[in-house]
Amino acid sequence: MTIKISAEAFDPYQKIQAYQNTRIANIGTVGATSIFIGTMRDFNEGAAVKGMTLEYYPGMTEKQLEMCVNEAQQKWQLIDSLVIHRVGDILPNESIVLVATWSSHRGDAFDASRYIMEALKSKAPFWKKELLVTENERWVANNTNGYKPR
Amino acid sequence: MSIKVRYFANLKESVGRSEDDLIFTGILTVNEVWNQANPGKSLPDNILAAVNMEYVEFGKIVKHGDEVAFFPPVTGG
Repeated sequence: MTIKISAEAFDPYQKIQAYQNTRIANIGTVGATSIFIGTMRDFNEGAAVKGMTLEYYPGMTEKQLEMCVNEAQQKWQLIDSLVIHRVGDILPNESIVLVATWSSHRGDAFDASRYIMEALKSKAPFWKKELLVTENERWVANNTNGYKPR
Repeated sequence: MSIKVRYFANLKESVGRSEDDLIFTGILTVNEVWNQANPGKSLPDNILAAVNMEYVEFGKIVKHGDEVAFFPPVTGG
């Protein structure tokens, strides 16, 4: 399990490739990899957004992320997992979060990555403050349910 | 006895500071920590609390050296 907080922009595809090369490539039991990447949108709740600041609680955030991954490891058969979450000033199109899970079978990989992502969103202390195109700032009050409103 | 109190996000902005060092005597719950650190200011709705970086209920009793944190619902990911 690897958990990182990144104060700088990161390329999730490079991170996956590097982790794959150094930690996973020679593990013969790996049969499934599930990857989720969360990216900053340029709109939210009806407004155009041009930037965002992500605040966190150093120490508690890492601890809660670790608990989320530990819970997933207890529920599903995982070989390894990688979580990277951005903090600080973020621009649209930049990655906010990467969750990757490796397992022998797809069900474990899919379900565990979804679980880690949902647990992270409700438990890990991060807070988003959006800078709108109008120059107004606003704190994001709640997470959405993860689906486009219908 | 003393504890550190921390505030995050919009709660930090509304109380106007990021932390307090609170000196106290006797037995204190998390809810009473808020009241002593913020006299006359009621705890906003939906605020969460943590002691030593673990989520707690507001009736949790604190002890010397604890770090108590108050913050709004989390919005990461």
